[in-house]
Amino acid sequence: MGGYTGEELTAIFLMQGFSGLSLFCVFLLMALGLAIIFGQMGVINMAHGEFLTLGAYITYLVSYAASDVWPFLLDYYFPVAIVFAFLGTFILGYLVERYLIRFLYNRPLDTLLATWGLGLILQQIFRSTFGPREKSVVMPDWLMGSYQATDMVDIPLNGLLVVGITIVLTIAVFILLYRSRWGIKVRATTQNRVMANAAGINTERVDRLTFALGCGIAGVAGAAFTTIASTGPTTGSLYIVDTFLVVVFGGAASLLGTVASAFGIAQSQSILSFFLSGSMAKVITLMTVVIILMLRPQGLFASKVRR
Amino acid sequence: MKASWMDKFGGRGKLIQILIIAVLILVVLPLVADTFRLNLYGKYLTYAFVAAGLVLCWGYGGILSLGQGIFFGLGGYCMAMFLKLEASSPENTAIQSTPGIPDFMDWNQLTALPWFWEPFRSFPLTLLLIVLVPAFFAFVIGYAMFKRRVGGVYFAIITQAIASIMTILIIGQQGYTGGINGITDLRTLMGWNIQTDFAQYVLFFACGIALILCLLAGQFILNSRYGQLLIAMRDQEDRVRFSGYDVANIKIFVFVAAAVMSAIGGAFFTLQVGFMSPSFVGTVASIEMVIFCAVGGRLSLIGAAYGAFLVNLAKSSLSESFPQLWVVAMGALFIAVVMLFPRGLAGLVSDYAAPVRNWFASAFKRETIAASGPEIKPGAPKPAESKAREDVSIASAQESH
Repeated sequence: MGGYTGEELTAIFLMQGFSGLSLFCVFLLMALGLAIIFGQMGVINMAHGEFLTLGAYITYLVSYAASDVWPFLLDYYFPVAIVFAFLGTFILGYLVERYLIRFLYNRPLDTLLATWGLGLILQQIFRSTFGPREKSVVMPDWLMGSYQATDMVDIPLNGLLVVGITIVLTIAVFILLYRSRWGIKVRATTQNRVMANAAGINTERVDRLTFALGCGIAGVAGAAFTTIASTGPTTGSLYIVDTFLVVVFGGAASLLGTVASAFGIAQSQSILSFFLSGSMAKVITLMTVVIILMLRPQGLFASKVRR
Repeated sequence: MKASWMDKFGGRGKLIQILIIAVLILVVLPLVADTFRLNLYGKYLTYAFVAAGLVLCWGYGGILSLGQGIFFGLGGYCMAMFLKLEASSPENTAIQSTPGIPDFMDWNQLTALPWFWEPFRSFPLTLLLIVLVPAFFAFVIGYAMFKRRVGGVYFAIITQAIASIMTILIIGQQGYTGGINGITDLRTLMGWNIQTDFAQYVLFFACGIALILCLLAGQFILNSRYGQLLIAMRDQEDRVRFSGYDVANIKIFVFVAAAVMSAIGGAFFTLQVGFMSPSFVGTVASIEMVIFCAVGGRLSLIGAAYGAFLVNLAKSSLSESFPQLWVVAMGALFIAVVMLFPRGLAGLVSDYAAPVRNWFASAFKRETIAASGPEIKPGAPKPAESKAREDVSIASAQESH
C-alpha cells in the first residue's frame, strides 16, 4: 500500500466502499427474492435474473412513455415504474408457479433445470423484443449529478437512490415475513407443510403467493437496477451464480444472513479490486466463500429449522 | 442360470445395446459422413463422455454436479498445453522476443515458461496428467464436500460457483492460459499433422473406441458390488450409513469417476477441434452438459451417449438455419425433460420398445425361458420390468432430496 497518503487511502476506501455498496445493493435486491423462494420454499429459481431483467425492461418502457409521450411526467415516472415492474413480474411469477413449479416441489434439482430453461426462453424473448443492444432509461434531472462529500470523495445521486430502495425493500420484506399474518403462514408452511395444512392454512395458495412475491421483488430490483446500469437481455443472468452463493453463504432461510453475506462479498470484492485486478478480486472472494461453505455447509446464519 | 461374465456388464441385453452403438459409431457414421461431418460428429462424441459420467454421478449417485465443464476443460487444457508446446518449438517461434514459449505468453510479456507448463513437454506425462489432474481436483472437492455432508442443491450451487471461478481465472490470467481466446493453433501431435483428413478419421475412431470402453467401464461399475451400494445410497442414504459404510467415500469415488470420464472427453475434444477455450468450462457449458445427460436418460449410460449426440446434432442443424430458435428450443428441452419425460429418451424407448421386444421374445421361446429365469440381477431387468423399476428409482431419488 506504499505510495498513498493516509488521506488518499481513506478516500479510496470510501469510494471503493461506495462502489461496493452499489454492488451490495444489486446482490441484496436479487438475493431478497431468491432468499424467500429458495429459503422458504426450497425451489431453485435459476430464472430469477430474468425476472430482474423483465423489471428493468418494464421500467425502460415506462420511462420511454414518460419521456416521449408525456414529457411533463418525466420527473415523476419512477415510482410508477416500480409499481408496474412489481406487478408485471408478480403476475409472471404467479403463472410460472401455477404451470411449472407446482409440479416440481420436492424435486429441487429438477426445478433448477426447468427454471434454467425458462430463463433461456425469457432471454430470447427479450432479445427478439428489445434487440440485443443494451437499453438505458431516461433519467429525470433530479437523479443526475452527485453529492460532494469532501474534495476527493463524491457520491453519485442515483447510487444513493438505489441504496435507499434497497433499505426500504429489505425492511418491507422483514416486516412481511416476520411481523405479518401472511408471514406466519409462510413460515408455518415451510416448517411443517402437513401440520400447516391441517391448521387451516391453504398451503398451495401460500406457495403461489410466496413465489410470485419473490419474483415481484426481483422486478423492483430490476427497476432500481436501471438507475445504475443499462439493461440487456443477459443482464440478470450475469449475477445469478453470485447471488445464489450470497443466499447459500448467508444461510438459506435467514434474511439477516443474506444481508450480511451480500455486504461481505460485495465489499471485499470491491475493495480487493482496487489493489488487484478485478477478476482476481472476484476469484479470491468467491474462493473464500466456497471454502467457508465447505467448512460450514449451512452458511453463516443457519436457522434452526427441522427439515 | 449360471452367472456369466456378461452379468458383470449388465447382462446380454446391455452388451447388445453397446454393440449396436459401437457399430453405429465405428461403421455407420464413417460410411455416411464426409470428413467435415465426421469431425463434427467426433466433437459430439466427446460430450458423450461427460454425459455418461453424469449418469453415474447424478442418475445413480444422486449428486448433480453443475461443474462438469471444469473437468472437461482440465482434460482439454492438459492436451492443449502439450500440443501448444509442440507447436511453439524455438524454430517455429523464432520471430518472438522469447523464442520457445507459446505465442500468447510472448504477447503478454512473459519471458520464461511457467513451472506448471513444464510437465507438458512429455507426451506420456501429459496422458497421465489428463487423468490425474481432474481426478485430484474432483477428489479434493468431493472430499471437502461429502465428508461434511454437503449434498443435493448445495453441492450443485457450489460446483457451479467453482466453474464460474475457473472461467474468471482462465480469462484473467491471460499470460498463463491464453485468456478468453484459449489455446489455439494446435496442428501436430508428436510430429503428426492432426488436420489432415486421414488424421481426422484416426482420431474419430480413437474417440469412438475410447467412448465404448468408457461405457463398458460404467456398466461394470454399476453392476459391481460398489454399484449396488451406490444405488442403495442414492435411495436410502441413512440406511447405508447405518449399515456401516462411509457414504462419503462412495460419493467421492463416483464423482472422481465422472470427472475422469469428462476429462478424457475434453482431451479428445481438443485433439479433434484443434483448440481449447474457457467457453467450454463455464457455468453455461456445464449446465448444457447436464441437459445432454437428461435428454438421453439420467439412468442410462447408453442413453446419455445418444442424448449428447442428438442434442448436439439438433443444436448444429437448428442454429445453422434458425440461430434464435435454438435458444428457445434448448429452454423448452430443459422444461420438457423435467416435466414430461424425466427418464429421457432411454425411458421413452424402454416404454415403447418393450412390446416389440416381448413379441420377439415370444417368437423365440427359448429366449423367454432363459430371460425369466430365477436369477435376474437387479441391474439387468426384463424389458417389461424395467419401466416399473426405473419409475421407482426416479421417485425414490426425488424423495431423498
